[in-house]
Amino acid sequence: MKYAYFPGCSLKGTGRSYEESLLPVMRILGIELEELRDWNCCGATAYMSVDETKACVLASRNLAIAEKTGHRALVTPCSACYLVLNKTQHYLKEVPAISNGVGKALGAVGLSCHGAMPVRHPLDILLNEVGLDAIKQKVTHPLTGVKIAPYYGCQIVRPYATFDNAYQPTTLDRLCEALGATVAHYPLKTRCCGGSLTGTMPEPGLHCAYQLLKEAVKRGADLLATVCPLCQFNLDGYHDQIAAKWEPVRLPTLYFTQLMGLAFGLAPTQLGLQRHLVPMKPLLPVTA
Amino acid sequence: MIEYTRVIKHETDRVPGFGAEVMRAPGCEKLASCIQCGTCSGVCPVSIYMDFTPRQIMALTRADFKDDVLRSRTIWLCVSCYACTTECPRKIRITDIIYELKQRAIQSGYYPEHFAVPVLAREFTDMARANGRITESLLVMRMYLKTNWLAALGMWRLGLKLMSTGRFSYTPEKIEGRAELEKMFAAIDTPIPDYSPSGAPGEETKGTQP
Repeated sequence: MKYAYFPGCSLKGTGRSYEESLLPVMRILGIELEELRDWNCCGATAYMSVDETKACVLASRNLAIAEKTGHRALVTPCSACYLVLNKTQHYLKEVPAISNGVGKALGAVGLSCHGAMPVRHPLDILLNEVGLDAIKQKVTHPLTGVKIAPYYGCQIVRPYATFDNAYQPTTLDRLCEALGATVAHYPLKTRCCGGSLTGTMPEPGLHCAYQLLKEAVKRGADLLATVCPLCQFNLDGYHDQIAAKWEPVRLPTLYFTQLMGLAFGLAPTQLGLQRHLVPMKPLLPVTA
Repeated sequence: MIEYTRVIKHETDRVPGFGAEVMRAPGCEKLASCIQCGTCSGVCPVSIYMDFTPRQIMALTRADFKDDVLRSRTIWLCVSCYACTTECPRKIRITDIIYELKQRAIQSGYYPEHFAVPVLAREFTDMARANGRITESLLVMRMYLKTNWLAALGMWRLGLKLMSTGRFSYTPEKIEGRAELEKMFAAIDTPIPDYSPSGAPGEETKGTQP
């Protein structure tokens, strides 16, 4: 199976271990991700705060390029990209003022966007196209005895929950179980990580991250599994500040793709685990 | 210790038509049907840090209290997690309403100078438009330089860790189609009001963190 692939800026920057683990894991499962030629920034939440139409213009250039590839879907691993690309598709269909502006902008450079390219998250592809059985077959180093708090964050389940339930998502839970891990009951699984507030208004932002980590500790989790580069950064990068302000809640946060890679027998350095600020070595028997 | 202050609103504080104007924006149509149940305030992860809760912002917007709404700390605290939008029993797209309010506040300069959230948004849009991509490390440095460079010094440990783990980019990412992108934006560019905080409507907002 082959898909168009939109990595997003974070996967080339602070979140590069997400891409480093996503690509080999998908390859093992027979999925080829073809990176979109000369893709641009999706606009994220910041562009929407300044100008909605221009935010959609930025996102729709990617959709237009993706449509030209003829692939069945555009796969994007970052939650913000996933939301913005989906939101743009909705606006193009439902809001004439925006779709007119986008049409004009794309038309100026000979591009067009029909809104026909499904935008999907790798988790969706794994659960609904590959299937848990096929994933289980590739597991050579089951994560037995590792207790995982499955953390979905906000933007892959809200507001356009296309492949999972917005209130009680289970795809990541089931994936972790398929890898042999124990899944912790984690009621904060869709609560916000603090987003970009950790950089702009640190106290409220870090408070969000602190609550998530504290809850995971309370539930006896060894680590958190995440699907988003910003969530990973917020839960991994600010432990000093959180400990100084509240209490130490030092748990590692791994991308679900890294957990899959470990279970498939890949080495930690092949999955970018050395890039994380909270080391996970002592926790995972498979990485020892 | 909770301090109780009573705020009396006057008819003259209203800017008639503001609420209706906001409701015309995409996603904001259903605001008129708000029943003030407070579910949005209950599920919001940062409402405890807000001056007005999301429920109050909805009421103030609908009732045309433009100044209170656009000067509030609330609109900058919204992290776009969409919890309120998903839970609202009236299906009001609250997150989109807050986006609309942020856009209006940025366009009319309703925010204090050096205030990080709108500065980050502006730096982000400038970088995305010029390069086609965002280089997070450079974006954050630019934000600190324009807001509070002393705070950047407090982040040196995190910066060093990111550098040593290869997560810090030193050169900007750029797309090949930068001219194409600029042409697209130029096709829909309309003259926009002054973005800078110097156009702030009231002296008292200047230089004070909301």
